[in-house]
Amino acid sequence: MTEKETAAAMLAILDTPATLTALEKCLLNEYQCDFPLCASPFALIAEQQGVTEEAVIGTLQSLQQRGLISRVGPVFAPQRAGASTLAALSVPDAALAQVANLVSCFEEVNHNYEREHLYNLWFVVTAADEEQVRQVLDRIEQQTGLPVLNLPLEKSFYIDLGFPLWC
Amino acid sequence: MVLNEQDRELIAAIQGGLLLVAEPYAAIAAQLGLTETQVIARLQLLQETGLIKRMGVVVKHRALGYRANAMVVWDIPDAEVERIGALLADETCVTLCYQRPRRLPAWPYNLFCMIHGRERDSVLRRLEQIIEFHGLEKIPHTVLFSGRSFKQRGAHYVDKARLPAVVRRSHG
Repeated sequence: MTEKETAAAMLAILDTPATLTALEKCLLNEYQCDFPLCASPFALIAEQQGVTEEAVIGTLQSLQQRGLISRVGPVFAPQRAGASTLAALSVPDAALAQVANLVSCFEEVNHNYEREHLYNLWFVVTAADEEQVRQVLDRIEQQTGLPVLNLPLEKSFYIDLGFPLWC
Repeated sequence: MVLNEQDRELIAAIQGGLLLVAEPYAAIAAQLGLTETQVIARLQLLQETGLIKRMGVVVKHRALGYRANAMVVWDIPDAEVERIGALLADETCVTLCYQRPRRLPAWPYNLFCMIHGRERDSVLRRLEQIIEFHGLEKIPHTVLFSGRSFKQRGAHYVDKARLPAVVRRSHG
């Protein structure tokens, strides 16, 4: 192995959730959708997996404390509850962090991240209706002096069953 | 469907996630002055109508080592978007597949999909396999890998009073 490959392999080992238990992997992978809607959902999961309810709840709490899951709960459909859009800015490299901070400050912005492209700052704006989304984009244009690329969803081909782990 | 005041309160109560306790729906019911049965029935309905697209464990894929995230954008002839969009959406490692408007001349791409993986090479290999398998060699595309994440959280509706009264049916 070259030095670079060795380093990559080391990183892969660090990154691989080899330290995850079988129950952790199972909860991460198999309960991203169709979470039980019954009085004691964690007890039902425990029964399905042959463990105790306490183990299921404790494991989920631990995954959350370690920052590996954000929550157990609903994912709302885009554009169904209110309005949203994906937008992008082409920002000079030197100003990227500053412009990104400005964009992040808007309550209506829920994702905001860098991508490697001429359009290097991408963000999602979610608000109660299209008019409010438009107003946020206008204010971002005014405050940054940069034209916003506004790319609202036209059609989704994807059915969200969660994030495919270990695929 | 028409959202009533109870729905708005329910969405506000649940958008940050369930409490990790033995009876999480009863906990919400107690908070809102409803019965557990009412909460469960209403959540069922919100899922059936598609407002909630899924309920479950929401993973932080970056923290789990899935750091290479490619947004692949394609310039597909309009007549072909439906067919190719459906093909891409079916691929196991594709996590989103949306049609969006072109903005010419700056932005010629009309289909967006996301491919995640542990490193770039595996994501690019996966993309090559997809292109070859579906015969997409002639469709112009570009790959935008993600860099720094400046902000990431679930969509919050900020305050429940701003939720719309009527939820639109999904497209198609």
